Amino acid sequence: MSSLLEVTDLHTSFFTDAGEVKAVNGISFFLDRGKVLGIVGESGSGKSVTAYSILQILAPTGRIVSGSVKLDGQELVGAGEKAMQDVRGNKISIIFQDPMTSLNPTYTIGHQLMEAIMLHTKRDKREAWDRAVEMLRLVNINEPEKRMRQYPFEQSGGMRQRIMIAMALACEPDILIADEPTTALDVTIQAQILELMQDLQRKLGMAIIMITHDLGVVAQMCDEIVVMYAGSYCERGTAEEIFYNPKHEYTKGLLRSIPTLDTMGRKLQPITGTPIDLLNLPEGCPFAPRCDAAMRICIRQAPASMDINEFHKASCWMNVKALAETEAALEDDGAADAAETPEGGDAK
Amino acid sequence: MSIEANRIAADAGKLVYDPQYILMVKDLKKHFPIKGGMMNRAVGQVKAVDGVTFNLKRGTTMGLVGESGCGKTTTGRAILRLSGEKTAGEVLFNGREVYDLSHEELRHLRTKMQIIFQDPFSSLSPRLPIGEIIGEAVREHKLVPKAELDDYIDGVMDQCGLQPFQKERYPHEFSGGQRQRICIARALALNPEFVVCDEPVSALDVSIQAQIINLLNDLQEEHDLTYLFISHDLSVVEHISDTVGVMYLGNLVEYGEKKDIFDNPLHPYTKALFSAIPIPDPDAKMDRIVLEGSIPSPADPPEGCKFHTRCAHCMERCTHSMPQQKEIEPGHFVVCHLFDDEPEVEDAEPAGA
Repeated sequence: MSSLLEVTDLHTSFFTDAGEVKAVNGISFFLDRGKVLGIVGESGSGKSVTAYSILQILAPTGRIVSGSVKLDGQELVGAGEKAMQDVRGNKISIIFQDPMTSLNPTYTIGHQLMEAIMLHTKRDKREAWDRAVEMLRLVNINEPEKRMRQYPFEQSGGMRQRIMIAMALACEPDILIADEPTTALDVTIQAQILELMQDLQRKLGMAIIMITHDLGVVAQMCDEIVVMYAGSYCERGTAEEIFYNPKHEYTKGLLRSIPTLDTMGRKLQPITGTPIDLLNLPEGCPFAPRCDAAMRICIRQAPASMDINEFHKASCWMNVKALAETEAALEDDGAADAAETPEGGDAK
Repeated sequence: MSIEANRIAADAGKLVYDPQYILMVKDLKKHFPIKGGMMNRAVGQVKAVDGVTFNLKRGTTMGLVGESGCGKTTTGRAILRLSGEKTAGEVLFNGREVYDLSHEELRHLRTKMQIIFQDPFSSLSPRLPIGEIIGEAVREHKLVPKAELDDYIDGVMDQCGLQPFQKERYPHEFSGGQRQRICIARALALNPEFVVCDEPVSALDVSIQAQIINLLNDLQEEHDLTYLFISHDLSVVEHISDTVGVMYLGNLVEYGEKKDIFDNPLHPYTKALFSAIPIPDPDAKMDRIVLEGSIPSPADPPEGCKFHTRCAHCMERCTHSMPQQKEIEPGHFVVCHLFDDEPEVEDAEPAGA
C-alpha cells in the first residue's frame, strides 16, 4: 500500500555567501490519507524548509539537492514548474505562520480568495464568488458577503487565519500543510482555530501536516509525529509512542523541558547548550554536543535510523546500547523487550 | 510610613502600607488618548488598564496572564512609571507612592525596580559591546567604585551564565537565549528588589526557555527578588509563580494563590483560558471551553462586565453593572456577578488591606 505523500531522504540546502547551509538533511516520512502528521522541533531545525521543499516554494538561494517527494506515486522533485503549479493549492496547500503578513494588504479578501479559486478550477467569476462565500461560511466567519469586500487590515488575527484556511481549502486539497498556524495567536483564539481544523479535517477527510514547536498542540491534534533536529528526523512514530516511549535523547529532553503539572515546584531540566550551526554540521550525531548521555561513538559517527517497533523509528545510539545490554541480560528475549528497557540507568 | 500617616491614609480611603508587601497596587488605571479630528484633540480613550488591584509579597513571584491586548504589559510599565502619568489609582512601592516621587527620587528608585523586556533582539543596543550594556547603568548610578566596575560586571555576567571574556562582543554575536541572559544581567547589575519580567521567554525555543526560567529562579533565591512575571504562556506561569492574576480587557478579573487559581478557577474567563491550553499528552481528555469571537476593542469596551459579550453565564445585570472585586476564600479575589449570590460579603474593607 503506498501512502498519499512519501518523502524519502530529502536534502535541501541554501547556497549562501558563507557556504552551503544544509537546512534539510535527509528527512524521510510518509503521510496516509486522512491522517494528521506533526513535525516538531526548535527554530532552525528545518521544519518549514521541509514544507517549502514539498511544495518547491523555496527562496531563490535554496535548492533540493537530492531525495524524493512522491504524491500519490507521482514524483515531484524535478517535475517542473508547470506540474508543480497544478499541485500547489490544488492537491497540497499551505497555511503560513503569520496571518498578519501572508495576506496582501492592497486587495480585498474576496479578490484574494477568488483569485485562487479561478486559477485552479474552471469556475467563472460568479461561481468563484459563491464558492468563496461558501468557504468563509465553512470556517465560521459571520457575514461572509460583507467580509468579501473588506481588506485584511479590517480583520483580527484569528479572522485572518480563518481566511487563510478558507483560501487553502477552497480547491479541496488532499493535503493541508499548516506551518505554525496558531503560534501568532492567543490561546483562546488558538483553541478556536484548532477546533476548526479538526472539524474540517473530519468533514473533508484531508490529511494535515502540522508544523509546530508546541508539544501541547501536537499531542492534541496529531496521529503521527516527526521530531526534527538539525535538518533530519531524530525520531518518528505514533503520538503515543513519542510521548510515552521516547527513544531519542533530544525528544526526552524536549519533553522534560516543558513545564507541566508534574514539574511544579521542581526545577526544569533544560537541554543545555544552543541549537547547532547548520553551516558546519558535525560528523557524528548532530545532537551529541548537547546530549548528556553522549558516548564516544556519538561524536564519531551519526546513528542510522533504527526500528524501535512497527510504529516507531529513532536515530540514537542509546538504542543500540540498550539493545545490546538487554540481549546480554535476557538471551532469549529480543528486540521487543529492548524497547521497554528503562533507560534511566543507561544514561549515566 | 508612620502609624500616623497610615491612619491618615486609611481615613482618606487610600492604601495602607503593609510592610510584608513590596508592591501594593490599588485601582490602577492607565488610559491613552486617541488623537484625531481637526484640532488633534483627544476624541476617545483607549482604556488599556482600567482598574487593577493587587498586593505583591516580598520575595515572591506574581504571574500576570491574559490575551494580547488585555493590558498586561501596560500594567507592568505603569507600575514602573515608564509610560507617563497614570490616569487614576495608587502604586505603593515599599510604601511610597511611585507617582509622587520627584525626578531625582524616581531616578534613584529605578535601581530598585527593573524590567526585562520581551524581545531580546530589539531591547539591546546593537552598537554597544555587552560589557558596556550591562555596566552602563551601574556606572551612571555610581553603585560601585570605578576601579571595581570591571570585576563587578564579570561577577554579574558569571551569575547569569555568561562568560566574562564575551564582554567585548556585540549583541548580534549572541543567540536569542544568550541575549535574554544579557538582558537579565543588565537588570540584575543594579541590584534591584523588584523586576518586571515582560514575557521574557516568549521569543525563545522550548529547550532554551527552560534554561532561562531556571536562571530566573536561581537568581530569585540568591537575591531575594520579587518578580512580576507577565506571560501569555500559562504553563510557564504555573511553573514560576506564587500568585497569579488573570487580566481581561484592562481589568484584573481574578487574582490569588497559584494553587487556588489553577485548581479552582472561579471566573468564567479564567476557566475558558485554562481549558484552552493544549496539554502535551495525547491521552489527556480535553474539555475545551471555546470562547466565541475575539477580545473587544479597549477603546470601546462593553458596558457592565467587560467579559459579558463572550461569557456563557451572562446574566441581565452583567450587561449594565460592573462587578466589584470580592474575596471568595482567603487571598482569592474574583470580579464577577456570579458570586453576588454568596451570603452578603461586607465589602467595606478595601481588598487586600
